[in-house]
Amino acid sequence: MRKNYGPIYVGPVAFWLCAFLSVPLLITLSYSFLAKGLYGGVEPHFSLAAYRSLFNTAVLKVLLNTIIIAVLSTALMVGLALPTAYYIARSSQKNLLLMLIIIPFWTNFLIRIYAWITILGSNGLLNSFLMGVGLTDGPIQFLYNRGAIILVIVYTTIPFAIFPLYSTIEKFDFSLIEAAMDLGASKTKALWKIMIPNIRSGITTAVLFTFIPTFGNFAVPKLVGGTSSWMLGNLIERELNITRNWPLASSMSVVLTFVTMLAVLFFMRSQNKKEL
Amino acid sequence: MRQTGAAFHQQRVDSVKSSQVTVENVSKSFGDFSALKNASLTIAKGGFYSMLGPSGCGKTTLLRIIGGFETPTEGDVCFDGVSILPLPPNKRQVNTIFQNYALFPHLTVFENVAFPLRLKKIAAAEIKRAVQENLELVRMETESKKYPSQLSGGQKQRVAIARALINQPRVLLLDEPLSALDAKLRQHMLLELDAIHDKVGITFIYVTHDQAEALSVSDQVCVLNKGEIQQIGSPAEIYESPANEFVARFIGETNYIHGTIAAVTDNEHALFDSPDYGNFTIYLDKKVQQGSKVALTVRPEKIRVAPEKPDNLPPDVNVLHGVVEDMIYTGFQTKYFIRVSKDKEPLIVFRQHVQYFMDEKPISWKDKVCLWWNTKDSFMVEVSK
Repeated sequence: MRKNYGPIYVGPVAFWLCAFLSVPLLITLSYSFLAKGLYGGVEPHFSLAAYRSLFNTAVLKVLLNTIIIAVLSTALMVGLALPTAYYIARSSQKNLLLMLIIIPFWTNFLIRIYAWITILGSNGLLNSFLMGVGLTDGPIQFLYNRGAIILVIVYTTIPFAIFPLYSTIEKFDFSLIEAAMDLGASKTKALWKIMIPNIRSGITTAVLFTFIPTFGNFAVPKLVGGTSSWMLGNLIERELNITRNWPLASSMSVVLTFVTMLAVLFFMRSQNKKEL
Repeated sequence: MRQTGAAFHQQRVDSVKSSQVTVENVSKSFGDFSALKNASLTIAKGGFYSMLGPSGCGKTTLLRIIGGFETPTEGDVCFDGVSILPLPPNKRQVNTIFQNYALFPHLTVFENVAFPLRLKKIAAAEIKRAVQENLELVRMETESKKYPSQLSGGQKQRVAIARALINQPRVLLLDEPLSALDAKLRQHMLLELDAIHDKVGITFIYVTHDQAEALSVSDQVCVLNKGEIQQIGSPAEIYESPANEFVARFIGETNYIHGTIAAVTDNEHALFDSPDYGNFTIYLDKKVQQGSKVALTVRPEKIRVAPEKPDNLPPDVNVLHGVVEDMIYTGFQTKYFIRVSKDKEPLIVFRQHVQYFMDEKPISWKDKVCLWWNTKDSFMVEVSK
């Protein structure tokens, strides 16, 4: 009989996920149900105070803002990534074009955000240009609003949408498009009615891969957003480091994780249904 | 149900608009590669026309030009005398059956067939009726709710046919439609295609590399090689009197005897001299000059074989003697490889086992045998280098 090596193979990864994902999540979950300590930390007795303080307009406003930014950015990214991935998949220069997307992706995340600050800032490239050609008298405030956050998130996260879309479009059988055109469809109609339904799995992956990091993003709103455009991540950070209300930070993290998981389940279900 | 189906087909044959297709001096090059050289042919209205040749011979290119997926470098393609080259594929009233069926995997059989009608925004009831009738035509009406992945190869093929016919095209293009099926199913689908052709009455243009397929269903066959048309004719013409060595070799099996015309004895006969097989009289199927080098071709089934030369042979036969080098028994017949000349390939001979146990003496390996064939069963072909 052959020895079963399965547990040995998955052992390291299972340990890793337990130690650094499941356990921290459980700690977070338990902290959210405890009372807050005076100087940070928690007191070991049960309390729902953290969840009660979530229901305040300031927090709900941030949650709403987070959802708006995440949904808009995801829609933009998938909308932009679809034609891009299609073009790359049909191109004869696939590897070169993919490299052009990967290289900036290798650059440090913070550097890429700061690059945008130097472009969009009051003395930035864009304002200097606009004032130089005389389109405006004074600098325009491009930064520190929701638009700037969405722009930078789209820029930094879009490869996560392009790659899964590229890999499904690349595998798509384009003779089906020819067949659809033979049957009377225009090129656009053929792509819309035949290609899109057949690359659903890629679209789902692209949506999840962009929605999840966007929803939990805190570096981008911190650097290019203003206080009015804070996202949930910023609030968690503040509760953890400044206000030092750890149960509240934990309860927000639980909400964030919960909403993300809900989105994942929703998309995975809708895909399974179609795949029959 | 059957009645409505039959009535529909009758009405269809009456109302059908099929086209005569003419291809005039069409050439197509891809860069330096010339895929099609000055091809001209006429396909009769409602005909079943085959384009036959090895892969890379230009048959698929020609089909794609007719379908509108390629533009010819030179020449014109007309339907009933009107050029269709300016029209995009979806305006040509041509539909194609693709090699891999190209069924849409995310749609049911019904929706696949309904696809062209949905594009035209036809009323749901009308779509239902038309799809139903077309599925009945290919006997797939019971499978309409299945997805392509749940169908067998033959069923997919039928759905593809139903879908291609629903727009009522004037010409149907079939690009190696049976190549993905196994041999038995291929035979069956071929007969079915023929029956569907008879029912719908539109022009079928059938591309294949399989000579048996082309010969069995077509009215006309066009044999292509290296982008050039080799011969156009009925299946019997192509098989029984091939125009050149390529056609003779490509269509069926055949034997070659190279030699020289020693003397033209009269209008119909000549003395043929072969260094490897000796001298014999041949029947002249075309005019030939004394002294010219020709190849004589005899199909294996035209050659008779016996252990000894029969006494009562008619006068107009050529006789050779040889030794059985190899034999392949396939039930209904045996294929013999009979060595006549030391330097040349053995001759191939088919012997039908009509009365296996009544044949006087079985022929076996290493036996000395006598071969003969009627002079009219051999034909001359140009010698190609």
